[in-house]
Amino acid sequence: MATSMTEAPTAAAHPVDLLSKFDPIIQTRETLLAAGVEDPFNLVMEQVLSPTRAICNGRDTILLGTYNYMGMTFDPDVIAAGKQAMEEFGAGTTGSRVLNGTFRDHRDVETALREFYDMDHAMVFSTGYQANLGIISTLAGKGDYIILDIDSHASIWDGCAMGNAEVVPFKHNDVDALEKRLKRIPEGAGKLVVLEGVYSMMGDVAPLKEMVRVCKENGAMVLVDEAHSMGFIGEHGRGVAEEQGVLDDVDFIIGTFSKSVGTVGGFCVSNHPKFEVMRLVCRPYVFTAALPPAVMASSATSIRKLMHGSNKRQHLWENSRTLHKGLRDLGFELGTETPQSAIIAVIMPDLEKGAMMWEALLKEGLYVNLARPPATPAGMTLLRCSLCAEHTAEQVQTILGMFERAGKAIGII
Amino acid sequence: MTPAEVDDRIRNLVEPFNKKGIAIEDATTFAGDFEFDSLTVMDFVAAIEDEFDIIISMNQQAEIENWGQLVAAVHKLQDS
Repeated sequence: MATSMTEAPTAAAHPVDLLSKFDPIIQTRETLLAAGVEDPFNLVMEQVLSPTRAICNGRDTILLGTYNYMGMTFDPDVIAAGKQAMEEFGAGTTGSRVLNGTFRDHRDVETALREFYDMDHAMVFSTGYQANLGIISTLAGKGDYIILDIDSHASIWDGCAMGNAEVVPFKHNDVDALEKRLKRIPEGAGKLVVLEGVYSMMGDVAPLKEMVRVCKENGAMVLVDEAHSMGFIGEHGRGVAEEQGVLDDVDFIIGTFSKSVGTVGGFCVSNHPKFEVMRLVCRPYVFTAALPPAVMASSATSIRKLMHGSNKRQHLWENSRTLHKGLRDLGFELGTETPQSAIIAVIMPDLEKGAMMWEALLKEGLYVNLARPPATPAGMTLLRCSLCAEHTAEQVQTILGMFERAGKAIGII
Repeated sequence: MTPAEVDDRIRNLVEPFNKKGIAIEDATTFAGDFEFDSLTVMDFVAAIEDEFDIIISMNQQAEIENWGQLVAAVHKLQDS
């Protein structure tokens, strides 16, 4: 059903300005900036000092919104592997994976992924966005059904839009709503259910155990995006599906290198015996250049180190618990009752207050993500915090002090 | 079920979403007249799906702009 949208008036004989459909967005942004708020979507990091510190817009800033969960961006082994690969293989691939773009390290990073997940197949894409775009649009074709959580990431929705399948959303994390829809799908139709382990806006975890069971009972294939859980959820860091004991029943896991791994790239791992054909039929894999060799070598090293990162994992969880409790005790409204992941979403009363709070925190020396509709569920404005295993316990206390001062100054607590 | 019966049942379902009390005719549009945002559309569609035990995929929703089209689509779906 079409939703309401402002239409711009058009004069005869003049070309229609294709950009005028964005006037409401331009207006919102101008109003925000006119109030004197620093532009939340135009921040520059002039220097990056560590996984948790940077000079942002001229200020020494603690980073609490970078998804750099395991702090691998400055790991000496990860950097050394990248440097060596760049020296030996050059700066870029200048080609598709299926032509001249598969180097030694592209193969090696896929081997590292197969080891990490203990799965038969791994396929690396240029970004996590492209992994979802490619896998979803290729798997589900005309006459097939995609059943997905309404709060799914944009890359999942775009994968649906790019394919020809029938798209059926269900209410966020609602097992009954999923089951009802699965049962109503015509007999014999192909069914792909798309879920996420951790939902990145609120930082909440999906009830994968029940959901995957319902999918299997109704003959659906299951894809789980574990972008925000790799490396620290589940016994081997394989994600929420591992933690809830259903990894063997998941047909496809999607992940990214741009979070815990600390580089860039996306991937899909699977035990499906025919999985390798995807390399030939998946357009976002075929028709784009392969990642640079330095990125591949750094990623492979990082993935292998993440297999042995249990001390860091523990510290990350400690940080998450401390920040969650501290923010609640200060009186902030949070996205989850308990800390479920390394993301803690602080709910703002509205966009204006959210932007003011974001700016007050930045001036205190703290960077968080300002998230707003349409990225957020239910039209909410959020200050999204993502913790890092390299945040010290002292830094977390400093962060809480910053939130307290900014929250009182803006009148949120 | 006749189209009139389908119409009646959807009229009951739309009530909690019709906050401005718009008078409903076949030509009444969801975006322009009801001013539904995407979240309201999802809840309204879910209510219809549960009432008639059908699926209205997003692809089908994209073809539905007004009340008459919705009634016709639901009538067809619950019949098949």
